[in-house]
Amino acid sequence: MSEPASVDEVAEAMYQQVKAAQGQKKLKPGDLTKMMIELFGDRVDKKLCKKAIRKLIESERCVYTYFGGSFIELPHKEGAEN
Amino acid sequence: MAELPETPLLDELEKGPWPSFVKEIKVAARHKEACRDLLGQLERSYREKIGHWKHGGIVGVLGYGGGVIGRYSDLPEDFPAISHFHTLRVNQPSGWFYTSEVLRKLCDMWEEHGSGLTNMHGSTGDIILLGTSTPELEPTFKGLTDLGFDLGGSGSDVRTPSCCVGPARCEWACYDTLKLTYDLTMSYQDELHRPMFPYKWKFKMAGCPNDCVASIARADMSIIGTWKDDIQQNDEEVKKYAEAGLDIQRDVVENCPGRCMSWDGEKLTIDNRFCRRCMHCINVMPKALAPGKERGATILIGSKAPIVEGALLSSVFIPFMNPDDPEEVAELKEIVEEIWDVWSEEGKNRERVGEFIQRVGMGNFLEAIGMEPVPEMVAHPRENPYVFYALDEEEEEDEDEDE
Ligand code: SF4
Ligand code: SF4
Repeated sequence: MSEPASVDEVAEAMYQQVKAAQGQKKLKPGDLTKMMIELFGDRVDKKLCKKAIRKLIESERCVYTYFGGSFIELPHKEGAEN
Repeated sequence: MAELPETPLLDELEKGPWPSFVKEIKVAARHKEACRDLLGQLERSYREKIGHWKHGGIVGVLGYGGGVIGRYSDLPEDFPAISHFHTLRVNQPSGWFYTSEVLRKLCDMWEEHGSGLTNMHGSTGDIILLGTSTPELEPTFKGLTDLGFDLGGSGSDVRTPSCCVGPARCEWACYDTLKLTYDLTMSYQDELHRPMFPYKWKFKMAGCPNDCVASIARADMSIIGTWKDDIQQNDEEVKKYAEAGLDIQRDVVENCPGRCMSWDGEKLTIDNRFCRRCMHCINVMPKALAPGKERGATILIGSKAPIVEGALLSSVFIPFMNPDDPEEVAELKEIVEEIWDVWSEEGKNRERVGEFIQRVGMGNFLEAIGMEPVPEMVAHPRENPYVFYALDEEEEEDEDEDE
C-alpha cells in the first residue's frame, strides 16, 4: 500500500478544486472528499479528508457558506445575495 | 427616550392576556436602535404582506460552519440598524437546566453585543440569540465561550441534540435522556460544527412515549423511551380513581389504542401482550399505573417537517436497546456513523435521511448499512413489517420445508 497523503497535501488539493469551481459550481464537503478519493486513491480516507477540510477552513483560505445547503467556497463578499 | 415607530398592525398582537413578542421588542426598542428598526420593518412586512429578510450566505465564526444564520434586511436604506441581523444558535444544556446567574450573564453579554432579543428556546432546542452584525459575531462567540457555552448546529450538520427533562424531573423516564444527549453532543462535536452531510441530521431524546420533544415528528433519529415487560399496576389506586369519579371505562379503556384493557367496575385488567406503549392510560391514572421495570428505548428513523418534501414521521429501526448501557450506546454510534457514510455517499443535496430511505427503499438501505431486517421494523404499531423477503429466498425456504 502506498504512503498516506499528508493533511497539508490534501488541503492544498482541495483548495485547488474549490478555486477551480468558484463561480461555476458550489462544492459540498462530501464532493471534496469524493474528489480527493478519486485523486489520491488509497492514499486518503474520509478521516484524513475531514482533517484536511478543517485545516482549509481554519487557515481561512476557504469558508463555509450556506445557500440552502452548506458549501465550501473561497472567501467572497458577504451577503445573502452572493 | 427614542420615539418608537407607528405600528398599528403590530399593536394588535399586544392585546389579550398572553405574552406578546411585540411588547418585548418595544421594551428593547427603548434603548436599542436595531429593535426600533425591527419594529418598523415588521410593521411594513405586515402591511405589504411580504417578508423583508434574506438569509444564508457566508457569515460564521472562525472554524465553524454552523451556529450562525446570516440574516439581512432587503431594505437596508430604510432600516440601517438591521441591515445585518444575524441569528446565533447556542447549544443549550441537556434538559434546559440553568442557574439564574448564568442566564443573567448571558443576557448581559447579549445586550452588549447584539439586540438583546432572545428566543428561549427555538424549535431546535437551542437558545436563540436574535440579531447582531457581522463585526459582533466573534466578540459574541468569545462572550459565550467565556460563560461556558458553545454554538449549536445549523446548515447541513448534526443539529444540537436535544432531549426532554427525563429522569431529572419526570418519573416516566425510561432512560437517562440527559446523559445520552450530553454524550452524543460531545461525541459529535466535529459533525456539529463542520457541516459534512447532504442536509441536516437531528437527534432527539424522549424519555417515554409521551415524547415531549416531539422527536417522532422532527428528528432524523428519534430515541424514545419504552419498556418491555408489563405496565406496573396498583389496584388500590385504580379503585381510588374510580371512587373519585373517573370514568375508567369511557376515559381509559375505550381510549386504549391496543384495545387491550377491560374494567369490570372493580378490577382493571391489561393484556400487556397487545399494549402499544402509548402512555394514554398511565397519563390518565399516574398514581395507579406506571411504565414497566424493564426499561430502555426504541430507536426510530427518518422523520422531518415539511420543507423540501412533505412531512414524515419516523419509523421503528431498532425495536429495543438500553441507552443507559455504554456498550449499547457504542453500538448505536457505530450504526449512526454507518448511516452517515451511506447517506453522505448516496444522498442528494438537501435530502433528509428519511427521504433518502424512501427513495432507495428500506431493504436496500439496511443492506447498505449492514443491518439485518427484523419484523418489528414497522411504520406503525401492529402493521406489517415493511421489509419483504426476496422471492427466491422464499422459494428456497418453501423447498426446504418440502424436503
Ligand atoms: S417524554 Fe416522557 S419522560 Fe420525558 S418529560 Fe415527557 S413524560 Fe417525562
Ligand atoms: S399504554 Fe396505551 S396501549 Fe398500553 S394499555 Fe395503556 S392505553 Fe392501552
